[in-house]
Amino acid sequence: MRYLSSPREVSQCVARTRRDFLRDAAGVALGSALFRPAWARTASSAPKRKVVVVTFGGGARDQETFMIEGQKNIPHLMSDLIPQSSFFTQVVNHGILGHYVATASLATGVYETFNNFAAVSPESPTVFEYFRKDLKRPSSDAWVVAPSNGFNRIGESSHRSYGPGFGARVILPKRLLAAATSRSNNDYQHLLRDNYETPYFTPELVGSEFELQQLETILKLSVDDFKTHAQTLSSPDELSVYIARQLMHQVAPTLLWITLHDIDVAHAGAYSLYIDGIRRSDRLCAELWKDIQTEPEYAGNTTLFILPDFGRDSDDDAGGNGFQHHRTGDTLSRTTWMLAAGPGVRQGVVFDRAVDSMDLVPTLGAMLGFNPSLAQGKPIHEVL
Amino acid sequence: MLPSALKPEKFDSYPPEARKIVVNYLSTLRQLPLGFVPGLLRELINYDFKFPAERRAHERELEYLASLSAGQLKEWFQGFAQIRLSSQLEDFDWVKSPAQFVERLSAHLWSTHQLDTFRQVSNEYADRLRAAVPPEALPVPRLGISVIGQGVASCSDPLFRKLRAHGAYYAHINPGNGLRYLLDAVAARAKAHPAPYGHWYIDGGESAECDPALTCVSYKALEPARTALLRKMQEQIDRPGMGPEALRTILAQMRPSDLAMDRGAGTLHDEILERFEVSVLTEGSGTQIFSTVFAQWAAREALRRAQPLTLLVRFAPRQRQRPMNEMLSADAKVPPEPDLIGSLVDGDFAAYYNWLNQQRLPGAEKSSFLVWFEGHNQALAIGPSTPRGTESASVADLRQVLAWTL
Repeated sequence: MRYLSSPREVSQCVARTRRDFLRDAAGVALGSALFRPAWARTASSAPKRKVVVVTFGGGARDQETFMIEGQKNIPHLMSDLIPQSSFFTQVVNHGILGHYVATASLATGVYETFNNFAAVSPESPTVFEYFRKDLKRPSSDAWVVAPSNGFNRIGESSHRSYGPGFGARVILPKRLLAAATSRSNNDYQHLLRDNYETPYFTPELVGSEFELQQLETILKLSVDDFKTHAQTLSSPDELSVYIARQLMHQVAPTLLWITLHDIDVAHAGAYSLYIDGIRRSDRLCAELWKDIQTEPEYAGNTTLFILPDFGRDSDDDAGGNGFQHHRTGDTLSRTTWMLAAGPGVRQGVVFDRAVDSMDLVPTLGAMLGFNPSLAQGKPIHEVL
Repeated sequence: MLPSALKPEKFDSYPPEARKIVVNYLSTLRQLPLGFVPGLLRELINYDFKFPAERRAHERELEYLASLSAGQLKEWFQGFAQIRLSSQLEDFDWVKSPAQFVERLSAHLWSTHQLDTFRQVSNEYADRLRAAVPPEALPVPRLGISVIGQGVASCSDPLFRKLRAHGAYYAHINPGNGLRYLLDAVAARAKAHPAPYGHWYIDGGESAECDPALTCVSYKALEPARTALLRKMQEQIDRPGMGPEALRTILAQMRPSDLAMDRGAGTLHDEILERFEVSVLTEGSGTQIFSTVFAQWAAREALRRAQPLTLLVRFAPRQRQRPMNEMLSADAKVPPEPDLIGSLVDGDFAAYYNWLNQQRLPGAEKSSFLVWFEGHNQALAIGPSTPRGTESASVADLRQVLAWTL
């Protein structure tokens, strides 16, 4: 075996390994950026195009997912989603590996450097602000669904040229449920849990967060119906996906961003709970894709992006504790993946060139027709 | 302040042994960059409460650095010297509070995109030091044992998957008296090769009868300390403005007396071990609430710090997952329901980590490892003479398997 000396080499090796596993298990082909079918160009200019972005706050490692031993944990990704997708095996995050700051970086296309645990807005304009300001879209056309209270400011930056009035509307489903019920009501406690690192982090919510009364006016849900349905759910991410479905059905925003966090229970160190989180996320992603294909406003005109914000520490780094955290900054914790599916996106194709986490916003800009002028990445031309 | 301005009186607040070793090597420390020295002081400030292996490692590192010329030191530490630090970091009282400095340094490195560089130079330094100061020979090859799956009636999923390629899988173990055999074997090694903190037994539940020659740590014995800790955490969480970082800083400053660990009537106190136990509970994520996580992290830290010759880790059922704030509450009125199968999965993977962490220590090529599904007939053994990736059809008890493995 050749010793891989540089992070870049390790990252490329990870990409090649992912590609090989996917080729064997999901039957995907190696993609070329040069080939571009005519039908794809036609489809990509569809006038009512919508985009749904799903990020995982808390990545999953290859050995628990794409490697042979892990594929049983992601049956829906392997058999349903990846064969219908363009799959990027090497998405590298060069920024701070904390979930809020990393997700904010994904949403701005700039590596944000604020304190991950601070209740602050991103400094650079978010994709939602570019989208709404450039295309003159109403606030109802860009939404974020995020389970963690710490994400309440992700929809809008503090940038003076954008900021207030141009951001996305943010729903924190757990906040909504807590308001609709009583925290002392044990029937819902399992849906209100935060990950291990932030049970005590509940910043004051200010700004454009979703108000309880909007359950009825926007989601067309009575408090009783909401509570009744919530009792059938098993985790915060299930609650988030339920709310996202309601939003798609009732509001049909053009740009919808959902962050899932169940996997991040890994910080508590129990491997079985981490695996449960992966399996649940796999199922929820497939359900969302199915919803997109059956919801009239979305069917046939929606591109779905799924990507973890970053990875987790490898077992090989003595400075970490394997799957539990993402603190070492090692190559595996920085190297994640992305899946894109929808009209105009080639199906069953895998790309193993290096893509930067910052490339998502310019890609969305090129796809939806706005100019993310301050974003630092480059459009991913393979999906355009 | 920069290290070049260090003076002996700056260390007056250090415990006596820590002060002595720092002052002894002050002329060397003065020549090292600020990106390195506080990290070293973070370790040395606790020198009085370190295990013998840690003390020896620090002494040998300092001895070696002191033997280098000024030019050699400059060359060794040029990577650290090139890390750009802020004036706020330079102004911080890093002599008095090196751990807090390192926390701030870490945040600075992440936000200035220097973490990868720092990581690289740190790894290079460790590799170079390891080559320059080779480890001392062990009196006996290491032995690690993990016992998993306590209370599980049956399991249809394959166990030890991560370890099978490295050793021999036994499917016909006679489980009778298995735990007793293992504890006796561990105690026998402790008596044959006595070494302070050299032979450990960590139990994720209530420990079995334990030979006094062993260093024994158990989740159950620490229940009063855990309860006290959870209460203190809850008090802090309820304070306005409290966040994860502030809480982590407070936890890192906790001592055994803060958790009433030093108040047992008529018992001899071992402050080194008590401080170790506090650090497992305060520095490990999940160790306060999940017994499987406690056992894994305690084993990791024991291996990293004490470098034991023998380590037996027994995993016990952890509580079922509940809302995190509820699990962190110290005032549970009913005992939490156990998650037996989840605990088996946790223990199975943790056993792999126990082996990995053992293999990071000197003498890895001669080390042995055994993992057993408690009360059942499955085990796996890894040793220098054990054929890798094999399956044994032998009917044997654990005493025989250990004898074949060592």
